[in-house]
Amino acid sequence: MPVFDLATTELRALNQALHALDKSGASENFEVTNPRGAHAVAVGIDAPVNVTIDGSVGYYCAGMNEKANITVNGNAGPGVAENMMSGKVVIKGDASQYAGATAHGGLLVIEGNASSRCGISMKGVDIVVKGNIGHMSAFMAQSGNLVVLGDAGDALGDSLYEARLFVRGTVKSLGADCEKKEMRAEHIEVLTKLLADAGITDVKPEEFTRYGSARTLYNFNVDNFDAY
Amino acid sequence: MSYKNPVTTPRKSATFDDYTLSEIRRAAATGIYDIRGGGAKRKVPHFDDLLFLGASMSRYPLEGYREKCETAVTLGTRFAKKPIELKIPITIAGMSFGSLSGPAKEALGRGASAAGTSTTTGDGGMTEEERGHSTQLVYQYLPSRYGMNPRDLKRADAIEIVIGQGAKPGGGGMLLGQKISDRVAEMRNLPMGIDQRSACRHPDWTGPDDLEIKIQELREITDWEKPIFIKVGGARPYYDVALAVKAGADVIVLDGMQGGTAATQEVFIEHVGQPTLACIRPAVKALQDMGMHRKVQLIVSGGIRNGADVAKALALGADAVSIGTAALVAIGDNDPKWEEEYKELGTTTGAYDDWHEGRDPAGITTQDADLMKRVDPIAAGRRLANYLKVMTLEAQTIARACGKNHVHNLEPEDLCALNIEAAAMAGVPLAGTNWVPGQGGF
Repeated sequence: MPVFDLATTELRALNQALHALDKSGASENFEVTNPRGAHAVAVGIDAPVNVTIDGSVGYYCAGMNEKANITVNGNAGPGVAENMMSGKVVIKGDASQYAGATAHGGLLVIEGNASSRCGISMKGVDIVVKGNIGHMSAFMAQSGNLVVLGDAGDALGDSLYEARLFVRGTVKSLGADCEKKEMRAEHIEVLTKLLADAGITDVKPEEFTRYGSARTLYNFNVDNFDAY
Repeated sequence: MSYKNPVTTPRKSATFDDYTLSEIRRAAATGIYDIRGGGAKRKVPHFDDLLFLGASMSRYPLEGYREKCETAVTLGTRFAKKPIELKIPITIAGMSFGSLSGPAKEALGRGASAAGTSTTTGDGGMTEEERGHSTQLVYQYLPSRYGMNPRDLKRADAIEIVIGQGAKPGGGGMLLGQKISDRVAEMRNLPMGIDQRSACRHPDWTGPDDLEIKIQELREITDWEKPIFIKVGGARPYYDVALAVKAGADVIVLDGMQGGTAATQEVFIEHVGQPTLACIRPAVKALQDMGMHRKVQLIVSGGIRNGADVAKALALGADAVSIGTAALVAIGDNDPKWEEEYKELGTTTGAYDDWHEGRDPAGITTQDADLMKRVDPIAAGRRLANYLKVMTLEAQTIARACGKNHVHNLEPEDLCALNIEAAAMAGVPLAGTNWVPGQGGF
C-alpha cells in the first residue's frame, strides 16, 4: 500500500500519483500521514482508489473527486469534496464552511458538525451530517439530498431550487423560498438508503422533517418585492 | 382686446429626455427593472480619444509588408507548464452556451482557431461544439459552477476564474426562462423555464487569501499544466490587479464598462464600473510596481472594435485584448438584413439588445431551434477569422508606422490624447502639449 507522509513528501507527488491511477481498474489503497492541515489533499482523482488520510486537512480536500473513496481521520477545512462528481468522502471529525459545495454526485458523510454554507449550490450530491450544520446551508442548492441528524442554523435553504433537505433536529430559521414539506413514502425510501449508505443504523427516517423549495421565486414577480 | 401669446418652439428636457421618459413609463407598467444585453451605450472617454504620433524626424518607421512586425503572444508564462501560444494578440471573450446558440459558439471556435487565437466558455459549461472547434479553449470558472466538471477542466487549455465583468462588476449572471431549453437546463442542472440568476460570489472562497488556496487546488487538479486567468470588471483596477497577482494569477483579464453581458439590468450596465480606457494604466502600474509586467500577462476587453483600439490598448501596456460584442457582430449580430424583424421587435439594426428574450433574428443570442439555423457556423467562422486578421493587420500597420517590430513594443510615448479626460485616464499628453493631467499618482 503506497504511503505518503506529507511531513517529508510534497503534496504534488501525492496528487500526481493519484492522477496516474487507472481510471477503471481495480481499487488500490493509499494512506496519507501527517497532512497537518495541508490544502488540496487528494484532489482531482478519477479512479476507484481508497485513500485514508490520518489527520486533519485544510481547504478543498477531495475536491472534484470522481470514483474514489476518501476517509479523513480528523477534521476538514473549507470546501471539502467541493464539486465532487462521484465516489464517497467520509470526514470522521468536523467540517468547516462550504462542505460539498457545488458537488454533482457521490456521497459526503460528515460524522461531526459542518459549519456554514454546507451544501451551497449543490448539484446532485448526497450529504449526510451526523451533527449540526451552520447558517446559510444549502443556499441556492439545485439538486441532491442534504441529511442532518442534528440541528440547522439560520436561513436554511435560502433561494433553494430542487434539492431536498432532511433535518432531524431543529431549524433556527428558513431562508427565502424554503418551506417545510410533506414526508412521503418516496422520501422515506431515499432517506432510508442514505442513512444506510452513511452507516447509520440507530436513527429512523420518520424522525426527520423534509424541507424544499416553495418555488415562488422561480420567475420574477414584483409582488415578491419584499423577498428581493 | 385679446392678447395672443406667441408660441415658442416645444422644448424637451435634457434631463427627462425621450429615452428616460420611456423608461419611467416602462417601469411603471411592468414593475421590473429593464434588462438587456451588451455593454454601456453611453458615451465615455475611449480609444477614439487617443492618437498615435507616428514616425517622423526623430523616429523611423518600418516598411509595410517587408519588415516583419510580430504579433504573437504567450499567455501563462508565470507558473503553467503549458502556456498558451497565440498568433495574434486578440482573443475571444467568455460567452456562455445558453446565452448564445450552439452554432454561434461553434462559429466563434472556428473563427478563433482559423486566426490562431483562443476562445472562451461562459456561465453554462463547455459544449462539444466549442471544444471540438477551438484549438485553444479557455474554460471559465464562475460562481454558479454550472456545468463545471473535472473532465472539462482537464481538457481545457486554460482556466479563467471569473470575479467580475465590466458590464456588471459585483453582479452575477442572468438567464431568463425563455432561454432555458432542455439542453441548457440539463447542463446547468436546473428546472426548465425558470429565471436563472447566477450567484455573484464564489460559493467556496472569500477574498484573495482564499483565492490563492483555490488556485492551488485548481493547479493540483490539473497537474500545474494550465494557465490560470483571473477576470475582473473595471472597478478598482490597481488594487484588483495587485491582489490577483498576489493570489497567483498567470494572466489577468480586465474588462471595462463597455464590455458586454448576455443580460443584466440596464441600470447596472450604465452606472457601475469604469470605462476601459480608465482601467488600463492603473492595472499596468500595479504590475510594474510588483515587478510583474509582462510576467503576468494583461488582457484588456470592453469596446475593442478595430486594430487601432488593439494597438492603443497594447501601447498602454496590455499584452492582448479580448473581444465579445465585436465578434458577435462579425458573425452576424445586428445585421441590417434582419431589419424588418428588428422592427417587429420594436427596435432597429444596431440597437437590438434584448438578447435575454431569446428571439434574436440573427440566430445568435437564442435557443430557438429555427432561429439558430440562421447561423452557418462555417461561413460565420470564416467571417470572424477575416475580421480578426484585419484587426491584426491594422494594429501591425500602426506599429510599423511607429517603428515597432512587435506590437508589444508600442508604448505610451507613441500616443497623445485629444481631450483632457482621455489624457488623464490614459496618462498620455494632451495633443500639442506636454501636459499629462493628473500625473503624480493614481
